[in-house]
Amino acid sequence: MAADPISQFEIKKIVTLGEIGGFEIAFTNSAAFMVAAVAITAGGLVLATAGRSLIPGRVQSVAEVTYEFVADMVKQATGDEGMRKFFPFVFTLFSFILVLNMLGMIPGFFTVTSHIAITAVLALLVFFVVLAVGIYKHGLKFFRLFVPSGIPIVIMPLIVLIEVMSFLSRPISHSVRLFANMLAGHITLKVFASFVVMLSSFGIVGWIGALLPLALTTSLIALEFLVAFLQAYVFAILTCIYLNDALHPGH
Amino acid sequence: MAAGRPPDDRGRRGSDVEEAALKARLRDLGERLTSLTPPPKGPEGSEAGMRGNPSNLARALRLSSEFIAGILLGIFIGWLVDYFTGWSPWGLIVFLMLGFVAGTLNAMRSAGLIRPQGE
Repeated sequence: MAADPISQFEIKKIVTLGEIGGFEIAFTNSAAFMVAAVAITAGGLVLATAGRSLIPGRVQSVAEVTYEFVADMVKQATGDEGMRKFFPFVFTLFSFILVLNMLGMIPGFFTVTSHIAITAVLALLVFFVVLAVGIYKHGLKFFRLFVPSGIPIVIMPLIVLIEVMSFLSRPISHSVRLFANMLAGHITLKVFASFVVMLSSFGIVGWIGALLPLALTTSLIALEFLVAFLQAYVFAILTCIYLNDALHPGH
Repeated sequence: MAAGRPPDDRGRRGSDVEEAALKARLRDLGERLTSLTPPPKGPEGSEAGMRGNPSNLARALRLSSEFIAGILLGIFIGWLVDYFTGWSPWGLIVFLMLGFVAGTLNAMRSAGLIRPQGE
């Protein structure tokens, strides 16, 4: 077993598919987990809603609770208009990230969201959707987002420049937050868990001493489950907030 | 307790009268203090939202990621400007400072201390 805390994030090729412009295109363990997440989400929801009973069973309840949770979030942040247009988008993002995070909590499994390449692409997707929707709906008025009211004309260029930079930095913080939380959490878990193994090799005293990191690891796992859910939620709610800016840039 | 009281207040009067006077003075002082203390800053909604957040670590990571994002973007834009115009190192210096400001703005917005973008 690899003892260092970083090797769990290693990307391994499963099948090499070919080459495009000198870059090798391979089906990696990361891609495999993404396919698994999509299969779990789609298959699970189809299975859950297949019965369509009036009194929901266990699986159907989970699907309904998830739907209502995301629907409330979207409605609160973006209003009815956002609910009509963006619910599928936000629900897809939320369930995809949540399932990936939860899959990562299973020992030995790969955590896809601990790679910034994945989270950055997701955040950039949201960023460009916001930009496209904002310009499509409001035209050049969308750029009023960068012009705060009641600012003297003398310092206006500086303020607008800063506001534009603040807007451009959104996908960075959006992606870094998810990636950093997952990465840091999994490294911490691995480090504390390896303390247990190291200490227990020192005989009876080590066994007693290993109880402390063992207890810590156990509680950290509970915290990690919370973080896994919370980060999926945070990613989705931030998406909603940004989409709201695209729909109503004036206020 | 008796330090600020005039001496002829003592003696014949009952101790309950003294007690009442003291209570009145305390209440008066309390009222004056509350009127002098500035009201809590920031919108109430964001404060309540923070209290609902189960983990302080999550809050710390949220604010720091907002701040760092601004700085990283500043470095990136500054580097690009230097690369394409040859103004090195001025592009990096100026845009790093602007990124610092943008990061501070992001963090303060995230904490709910100033109004959100576009208002």
